[in-house]
Amino acid sequence: MDGSKFDDGSTDALSGEQQIRNFNINFGPQHPAAHGVLRLVLELDGEIVERCDPHIGLLHRGTEKLMESRTYLQNLPYFDRLDYVAPMNQEHAWCLAIEKLTGVEVPRRASLIRVLYSEIGRVLNHLLNVTTQAMDVGALTPPLWGFEEREKLCIFYERACGARFHAAYFRPGGVHQDLPPELLDDIETWAHAFPKVLDDIDALLSENRIFKQRNVDIGVVNEEEIQQWGFSGVMVRGSGLAWDLRRAQPYECYDEFDFQIPVGKNGDCYDRYLVRMEEMRQSTSIILQAIEKLRMPENQGDVLARGKLTPPKRRDMKTSMESLIHHFKLYTEGFHVPAGEVYAAVEAPKGEFGVYLVADGTNKPYRAKLRAPGYLHLQAIDHVAKGHQLADVAAIIGTLDIVFGEVDR
Amino acid sequence: MSEALKELGAHIEAKRPDCVLGWDVAYGELNVDVVPASIPAFVEFLKTDATCKFSSLVDITGVDYPTRPKRFDVVYHLLSMYQNQRIRLRVSIREDEIVPSIIDVHPSANWFERETFDMFGILFSGHPDLRRILTDYGFRGYPLRKDFPTTGYTEVRYDEVEKRVVYEPVSLVAEYRQFDFMSPWEGAEYILPGDEKEGAK
Repeated sequence: MDGSKFDDGSTDALSGEQQIRNFNINFGPQHPAAHGVLRLVLELDGEIVERCDPHIGLLHRGTEKLMESRTYLQNLPYFDRLDYVAPMNQEHAWCLAIEKLTGVEVPRRASLIRVLYSEIGRVLNHLLNVTTQAMDVGALTPPLWGFEEREKLCIFYERACGARFHAAYFRPGGVHQDLPPELLDDIETWAHAFPKVLDDIDALLSENRIFKQRNVDIGVVNEEEIQQWGFSGVMVRGSGLAWDLRRAQPYECYDEFDFQIPVGKNGDCYDRYLVRMEEMRQSTSIILQAIEKLRMPENQGDVLARGKLTPPKRRDMKTSMESLIHHFKLYTEGFHVPAGEVYAAVEAPKGEFGVYLVADGTNKPYRAKLRAPGYLHLQAIDHVAKGHQLADVAAIIGTLDIVFGEVDR
Repeated sequence: MSEALKELGAHIEAKRPDCVLGWDVAYGELNVDVVPASIPAFVEFLKTDATCKFSSLVDITGVDYPTRPKRFDVVYHLLSMYQNQRIRLRVSIREDEIVPSIIDVHPSANWFERETFDMFGILFSGHPDLRRILTDYGFRGYPLRKDFPTTGYTEVRYDEVEKRVVYEPVSLVAEYRQFDFMSPWEGAEYILPGDEKEGAK
C-alpha cells in the first residue's frame, strides 16, 4: 500500500490541476543573482532543474566589429570594458598579441609593473566574486567588507593611470607611465594589512554552517568535464588540476616569482571558493615580491620600449622635429603591425583570456577574436546545474564567475 | 619550442596525410590547414593520439576574406593541458559550403559554432541547435562579414505613442566617421589633387 489506491482498489480520477507538467520560469535578465544581464529559461520539475537554457547577448556591443575599424591603440580601451571587474588583465592579452607580432621587447620595469597590476586585478576580481557569491547564498556582510578593500585597490588604479576602472594603462611596448615611489609604499602597506581582512572574511564564511550547506557538493565538476567543456582558471584548479598559465606557459616575468598554485579536491562550489581565497593570498605575496623588485636599482629605467609603437619622450618633442612628427603620426595613423596571425593568452582571474589577432600589415586589425573564459563556463551551466535545486542555480552562477562584459562582448 | 612544434607538425602530417593540406610554424605557433569534410575525424584524432592529446577546445571562430574564392576561414584553437601545447586548425570554405560540426567530439563547440553562425552565417551540419546567440531576437544579417556596415541596418528607440520599442532603419545625423590616416605618399589608393595627369601610383 503506497497510499495511491483506496481500500477497494479504485483510484482517484485525475483532475486537470493534478496532471503534473514541468514548469518553465524565466530567471533574469534583471535578477540580482544573475550577475548582470543573464536570462535563463529554466525548466523545473518541482524545485529540481531539468533544463537550463541561457539566453545571452543582452550586453552585446559588437566589440570585435568595432575593433576592425579602429587602430591598434584605439582598440586598447575596449578591453577594459570586457571584464570590467579586472580591467588590466584583459589589456595585457592585447598588448602581448601585438608584441608577439611586432617582436617588441618590453622593458624590465614595465614588465614588473604589469605583473604588479595584473595581481591587483586578480585580487579585485576574487574579492568581488567571493563576496557577492556569498551574498547570493544569503550572507550580507562579506560584500560590505570586500568592497571596502576593492575601493582601496581602485584608488591604486587611479593613482597609476587616472581612472578607477577603465584604465588603458598597459600599452603595446610597456605601460603608460611610471609609478611614483609613494604609490609603491602605499601598495606595500596595503598588502601587509590585507591578509588580516582575508582572515576576517575567512572567519565569516569558511566554517559558516549555512554557507557550507549551500556550497558543499554543489556544482561538482570532474577532470573529464573540464576537458569536455573547455574550462580554465579556477574551474580547473577547483577540481584538483594544477593548471595555471602563469606557471605552465609563463608570459611576462612570472617565472621569476615564487607562488603556489592552490588546488581543490572535490571540484564543488565550496572548493572553488577556497581556491579563490588562497589565490588572493598568493597574489598578495606576488604583489610584495614585485614591489621589492621594483625598488631594486637595476630595475629602474624606462617603462616603454621607445620605438615605432610608443610615443617619444615629452622632452624630445620640444627639441626634435622627428619626435614631434612621430608623436603626431602615432596618435593619428597609428603604428603598423606586420601581417600574420597570433593567439596570445593570459591567466585572467576568471580563466584563460585569449586574443586571436589576424593582422594584414595595416594600422588596423583585420580580425580580432576575443576568447573569454566566462563564455565557456556559462555554456556548461545546463550540464552543471541539471538535477540541482533552483536555489543552487544562484550558487553555481556565482562560482562560475561570470561577467557579461566579456561573455557578450 | 618551435623545434618541438615542427616535430609535432610532421608527426600529425605523417599520421593523417589525407586530412592535412599543409602546416607551418609561425610566431611559435603551429598552424595546420585541414580538409573541411574531415575536421571532426581529425579533431577526434588530435584528442586521442598520445603525442597530441589536444583534449580541450579553446576557441572556434571565422575570418572573412571577401576577395578570395574560398571566402571564409574557420579557425579552431586547441590546447593540451597534458602535453602543454597548442595548435591552430584552419579550414577554408566557400560561401555556400557547410562545415561538419565537431560537437560530438567537444561538447564545448556548441556555443562557438552558434556564434560563428551568428556572426558569419557559416552553417555547421550536425549541430543540434544552430540558433543565433549574441545578436538580438529576430536579427538579420551577419555582422562580422566585411560587407556588413559597422552601423548596422536598424536602430531601436522607445516610441511614446505606441508605448513600446520600435525598430527603424538607421538614420545617421552625421556621416559615419571613417578617417583616412594613411600617408598620401605611401598607402593611398586615391589620386592626390593635382596628380590627375600622372595617373594612380
